[in-house]
Amino acid sequence: MTTPLERPRRKNPILRTRQPTAPPAVRSRVALGLTAAAARGVFELQVCRDCGATQYPPREACRACLSERLAWKPQDGLGQLVSETMLHHSYELFFRERLPWRLGMVRLDCGPVLIAHLHGDVAPAPTRVKVHACLDKAGQAALFAAPEKETPNMADDKQLREMTCDPKFRKVLVTDTKTALGQALVKSLVEAGADLVWAGHAEPWKKFAGFDELKKLPQVSLLPLDVTDSKNVRELAAEIGGRVDILINNAEHHRTYGIANRPGVETARAEMDVNYFGLLRLAQEFGPAMRSRGADGQSSAVAWVNILSIYALTNFPPHGTFSASKAAAHSLAQCLRAEMRPGGVRVLNVYPGPIDDEWNQTLLPPKLSPAALARAVTQALKQGVEDLYPGDVAQEWLARWRDNPKALEREISV
Amino acid sequence: MSALTELASSLAGGKIRVVDLTHTLSPGFPAIALPPEMGQAWPFRIEEVSRYDERGPAWYWNNFSCGEHTGTHFDAPVHWISGKDLPNNAVDSIAPERFIGPAFVIDCSKEAAQNADFLLTVDHLKAWEKKHGRISPRSWVLMRTDWYKKWRDPVAFQNYDEEGQHTPGPQVDAVKFLVEERDVLGFGTETIGTDAGQAYHLRPPYPCHYYMHGAGRYGLQCLANLDQLPPTGAVVVAAPLKIENGSGSPLRVLALVESK
Repeated sequence: MTTPLERPRRKNPILRTRQPTAPPAVRSRVALGLTAAAARGVFELQVCRDCGATQYPPREACRACLSERLAWKPQDGLGQLVSETMLHHSYELFFRERLPWRLGMVRLDCGPVLIAHLHGDVAPAPTRVKVHACLDKAGQAALFAAPEKETPNMADDKQLREMTCDPKFRKVLVTDTKTALGQALVKSLVEAGADLVWAGHAEPWKKFAGFDELKKLPQVSLLPLDVTDSKNVRELAAEIGGRVDILINNAEHHRTYGIANRPGVETARAEMDVNYFGLLRLAQEFGPAMRSRGADGQSSAVAWVNILSIYALTNFPPHGTFSASKAAAHSLAQCLRAEMRPGGVRVLNVYPGPIDDEWNQTLLPPKLSPAALARAVTQALKQGVEDLYPGDVAQEWLARWRDNPKALEREISV
Repeated sequence: MSALTELASSLAGGKIRVVDLTHTLSPGFPAIALPPEMGQAWPFRIEEVSRYDERGPAWYWNNFSCGEHTGTHFDAPVHWISGKDLPNNAVDSIAPERFIGPAFVIDCSKEAAQNADFLLTVDHLKAWEKKHGRISPRSWVLMRTDWYKKWRDPVAFQNYDEEGQHTPGPQVDAVKFLVEERDVLGFGTETIGTDAGQAYHLRPPYPCHYYMHGAGRYGLQCLANLDQLPPTGAVVVAAPLKIENGSGSPLRVLALVESK
């Protein structure tokens, strides 16, 4: 049974902070298929369209029949732990610093045999396990074998916690808590065991619903934060940047215009200033400290969350300028991901469909409730994914986009 | 001695003091807030271009952005629909001599302290005139409330509740009196507007904007240090930026005050 995590002792300020290292990151292009699925929290393997064989590791052709007609298909990961070993020596810095490390060989029910990181609660071989594809600190897919059934404190496993971004005992900044989503995020994080939640709110003179309720939560610290104000962002980062383990940027400016139905550029500029430049300002000021704290003990800096929009993938013309600003943020978030990865900090991009808020008032359901979105974000952190498409609309758009982006563009613009 | 030489020597000798009536432009200074579905004025924002670094090794400078109605600022008649067709109604076309004028300072600080929604009435103005003399034509009338002292606390400065903003300003009859019977240059306040926070509910809404600008007069808002001015005798220098067809502008407002 996993020993539950204890609240970490306060950091000794006179000791050097260990620099982040990463496990081996090189993958072939084909093997990145595993990473692409793991980024969404899915374990996929190549299945041959001709002979039906499932194979691992990923290759250019089918091992059984040499066919090139291979498709990535989701797997349940169920299998038998054949053998296990405890690693006590490694030349890889990342593992060297975390020894001992438990590994096992698993024969999947669908055929392939693979080496996986082994959860501490898995009974000695032979036994049944369930294999997941996680993202490791290098941002690459890593196979992780866990007990078939949930065990107590399973998420607190030392090895698993290196793969996930669990908010438990971590300190989180939520950039805009004036909105229902911001407040739902705070509550969800508190429920997930976050140690401290900094709750940003712009234009403090504008009172907002839910302010008093937020103030009552002992883990919450309200502070003025306007992502359009560089000085404000810089000074806040100077004050708390070295302590933020998870940053959730949900600050958003959303108006419902295309090009023709709003004269001028002011609305679009305001959307860009919050949705795009706001992210850039935060990334420049909070990024460096977080990158340097990716291996800072049990509660290291671990994740950066961007609440984007499914409209970042293809423009939703009735909200056309908003979509464009989210597409810009989506692109910048990819840059941020590349820059944060060496620090072991995961960038989780969230692409919700319409949220049930005042700016989507006139859209028909289905709309994602702020509470459901907040729960999905917390769950994604616990799981350690980096691309989240929460809700039915996002899932449907994603499926259509993956199938044929041009077709989706036409469907949406009718 | 010519008048100007005398002015210069009085300034140099301290016989005339210069009082700065301007707030510092900073990102944290409260900005005017409209319903969110409407267009919004930019708050003051500033970005560093270089600071003796790789972006510019020997020099420090910034880019700043803001709306025309940001910080301590000037309102031109074209700002309001009632003044839209007047001649010389924008900051670039107003005759420059209008930017310098005597100031009459109406002390409403006690009333404003008791009631954030205090409205300055014509009776109040007439009582003031009895004490200090008649407001002369082509003068600034400045409403002193000491509201500027709240500037460090944006929540108190803006003073919003569920019904909107609560800040003092002029009543309809006072505005009409100043325009029609005293022929003033304009009206100045320490709050974020020349009108009261609840002036949307007056008839007409925002009377100071409506009548002052409709008659080609000006506004000054977010003024500071009005408590350092005498009731009469100060001269205000308030020249907005020369923005083409501009509706207003942030500016440095100075008051010349004779030392006693």
